[in-house]
Amino acid sequence: MALMIRAGLLLLLLVTSVPVLADSAIEVRDFENPVMAERYRDLTASLRCPKCDAQAIDSSNSPVAADMRERVVHLLREGRSDKEILDYMVARFGEFVLYNPRLDERTWLLWGLPAVLVMIGGLIVAAFVRNRRHIRVRALSAEERERLNALVNREGSE
Amino acid sequence: MKRRLLLLFPLLVFLGLGFFLYRGLAMDPSARDSALLAQKFPAFTLSTLKDSDARVDESLLLGQVTLVNVWAEWCPTCKEEMPQLLTLAERGVRLVGINYKDTRAKGLEFLDEFGDPFEVNIFDPDGDLGFELGVYGVPETFLVDKEGIIRYKHTGYITPEDVERVVQEVDKWR
Amino acid sequence: MLVKIIPELGLFALVVALGLAFLQAVAPLAGTTLRRPLWMAFAEPMAWGQFAFLLVAYASLTTSFLLDDFSVSYVANNSNSMLPWYYKFTAVWGGHEGSVLLWSLILSGWGFAVSLLSHNLPRDMLARVLGVMGMVSTGFLLFILITSSPFERLLPGVPQDGADLNPLLQDVGLIIHPPMLYMGYVGFSVVFAFAIAALLGGRLDAAWTRWARPWTNIAWAFLTVGIALGSWWAYYELGWGGWWFWDPVENASFLPWLTGTALIHSLAVTEKRGTFKSWTALLAIFTFSLSLLGTFLVRSGVLTSVHAFANDPSRGIFILALLGITVGASLLIFALRAPRMSGNVGFGWLSRDALLLINNILLVVMTVTVLLGTVYPLILDALGLGKISVGPPYFNALFVPLTVLLCAFMGLGPVARWKQMPGRELFSRLLWAGIAALTIAAAVPFLYGGEWNAAVALGLVTALWVVLALVRDLFDKTRHASSPLAGFRKLSLAHWGMVIGHLGMAVTIVGVAMVSNYAIERNVRLAVGERVEIGGYSFTMTDLSERRGPNFLADTVTIEMARDGQRVTTLRPEKRLYIARGQPMTDVALRPGLLQDIYVALGEDLGDGAWAMRIQIKPFVRWLWLGALLMATGGLLAVADSRYRRQRSVAPDSTLPREVHT
Repeated sequence: MALMIRAGLLLLLLVTSVPVLADSAIEVRDFENPVMAERYRDLTASLRCPKCDAQAIDSSNSPVAADMRERVVHLLREGRSDKEILDYMVARFGEFVLYNPRLDERTWLLWGLPAVLVMIGGLIVAAFVRNRRHIRVRALSAEERERLNALVNREGSE
Repeated sequence: MKRRLLLLFPLLVFLGLGFFLYRGLAMDPSARDSALLAQKFPAFTLSTLKDSDARVDESLLLGQVTLVNVWAEWCPTCKEEMPQLLTLAERGVRLVGINYKDTRAKGLEFLDEFGDPFEVNIFDPDGDLGFELGVYGVPETFLVDKEGIIRYKHTGYITPEDVERVVQEVDKWR
Repeated sequence: MLVKIIPELGLFALVVALGLAFLQAVAPLAGTTLRRPLWMAFAEPMAWGQFAFLLVAYASLTTSFLLDDFSVSYVANNSNSMLPWYYKFTAVWGGHEGSVLLWSLILSGWGFAVSLLSHNLPRDMLARVLGVMGMVSTGFLLFILITSSPFERLLPGVPQDGADLNPLLQDVGLIIHPPMLYMGYVGFSVVFAFAIAALLGGRLDAAWTRWARPWTNIAWAFLTVGIALGSWWAYYELGWGGWWFWDPVENASFLPWLTGTALIHSLAVTEKRGTFKSWTALLAIFTFSLSLLGTFLVRSGVLTSVHAFANDPSRGIFILALLGITVGASLLIFALRAPRMSGNVGFGWLSRDALLLINNILLVVMTVTVLLGTVYPLILDALGLGKISVGPPYFNALFVPLTVLLCAFMGLGPVARWKQMPGRELFSRLLWAGIAALTIAAAVPFLYGGEWNAAVALGLVTALWVVLALVRDLFDKTRHASSPLAGFRKLSLAHWGMVIGHLGMAVTIVGVAMVSNYAIERNVRLAVGERVEIGGYSFTMTDLSERRGPNFLADTVTIEMARDGQRVTTLRPEKRLYIARGQPMTDVALRPGLLQDIYVALGEDLGDGAWAMRIQIKPFVRWLWLGALLMATGGLLAVADSRYRRQRSVAPDSTLPREVHT
């Protein structure tokens, strides 16, 4: 175990400036039932490895990610809920490990802005159409069209 | 005029973003505070590195301000950190080690070679205590006050430049 | 003797290119203000010269790689004498310095192409366009020369051998991924330059959009292919079978794609109808700015990302300054020069104009969402509010509804007419498409997966709605022709481009829906002679061997795959150790198929001849990239439309403006 960690750390030192995701973690686990396997997959995909750059614990080879996976399995077998398991990790490693940030006073803008923008967009469309619906339909004016054609069709041999 | 101001809006948004990107350049994305700040040091019962029959628990950390250093023989930067830890011990800081995911023999060998600034070393071969502390990269150092509450965390090794800051933190909680 | 000074030659060429770029930036722009035709005429020769000298610089760096000149620090860091020659060729853009050089080379290449193909442009317009591109080029060449020269020498301590190219990059996908991506990023500089030139010239009318449209389509097509290649590469190379991670670097390439898509549509409105002029110019600025922002995010390392391979604050500050000047100045020009009044062209609720406006708004909301998610942790951190992470669950939660909404309108768009479309007519024309989409989408999960799956049904109804509406429209448009074929012929290439592009989007959506919900993944332990059944297939491990590659050692597992006792194929996943870096890599064994991929990645040696491996069945995963290819094809097809060719043909009004060979 220690040897593996050492090799891992050495590798980290060697390649700090290149992607470190080269070698994905593949562990054989047997779950009692498919629901638990599914929950394990979802949980490990939404927990971020605290040691790595941008990687979930499901794919990271870092020792702490392996410990966290082990702990997720343990807690699942204890019958804890998803929320309890996430809380458990947050209590130890901080909000940083949640890839799905919780809605609180810091993140309402993050979660809310897209919806607000869709609504503002809807108002813009409404305003545009209301203002313009009754304008007499017209394409480019003759003068504009002429200028466009003149510009576009100008020969290279000018 | 109103429309002109509206046309400036994209520029303002960009300037705001630029400001944060500039700040971002000076920040270390890997530096993070511990989730355990202002929390009680987690409960544990483990043996010590020197004595497999001894039992220590969190009461070890009561009554005195203590620096708890998580280290391991296989960790290269722990070796570089040792001189600083020895300095801290000389300056009267109480140090307790957590020997993390190591073997007893290797751990003792390490102390023989690089010095032993620790009052005692908690032996944590499976890394359970480390996990409770949210350790993700050895070495990590926790400052625990007299009431056994975690007050400060230093991730990564303590450089010679960091020593003063750590001493100040210790003094703050004395 | 000359061989020894090749890197110096490259450096010299780079300096000359900088000088030419500077002249290309200053002289024509000064010429247009001071009305000096001679100065304006500087633009073209400077663009050619800049391209030629950058080619020399690039060629000399390539030569250093091929000659294993490890006295060049960049070569020593990114190559190795054991590296096969073709990877030496591509290792040139395997690191930071080389890829910025490639970036600049491509930028000057686009400038060269603009000058070759735009002789019908008014002189002052061409001078301004090339001037703006010269400015961008100057900035990047300065960046290379000051912070990231690839020609720096390691003297006197020349290493015996190089550190090798990162094994992840030793792969076909990565040979073409970055150049494609850069072609896209940098290609947007053309439409950007057109927009700025139009703003500077005070002629933000419909003309510039017609000139800029083909360039934009081409750049967008490259970016689409580049992103798809990146996704494909991540899929087979990283060994997880994932195809999109919402990683900051992926997001950085996705941002200009989203605004670029909006831009393609808004260019159409402006060209056809003369509306949204300012908005289109702004989108052009946004799109290129986001390309630059992507470069900044990747190169500076402000966002932790698995890709950040050049974390250097001085480079970060330089690129940020470059970004600030380019984007700040162009947005300022926009604010000062955008026309005060928007066009007074009317349109109704269900007109194509209104639908394209909705398309643009939704794409911009998507852009903001991705940008917000990408920089939000940085902003909170800068404000001292703690560290959080924003990852796939967030992006998926917001992107699914936004995409569904976008596609709902995407079905209507091609059917609706410009100006006005009575709601009743639209309804009657699309009623059956809607009903059919709902019915088929509801039925497929039962037929395919055996049980109802809401997510799959939603994805399918979205895709089918887009496709069936297109089909209905094609039917309506060709109904009056003598035969369907004659009807199809009558449709313009631009129209076909749209059809194929939209079809591509639908194909990608089907891929996303199917692979996200029906993928099977099992981690198993296998030894020689052992067998496992997954998804109706049996996998038998028959052999375990070791082999030596050119620069790696590999453990190879042989797996016989069978279905109902019939042999299907043999799979050989490998675990490689790249010698120079001591880096382990998993080499996936794939059996690709249009309807499903079989994917086997080798994990750890578990002892006693047993290995851990991950076996996955990925239905419809190819559709993701097939859709992207279709989208890119659509974009390119539209460029081939006669409307653009007419610009250079002799008879502007001929219906078939092909060149007559005599």
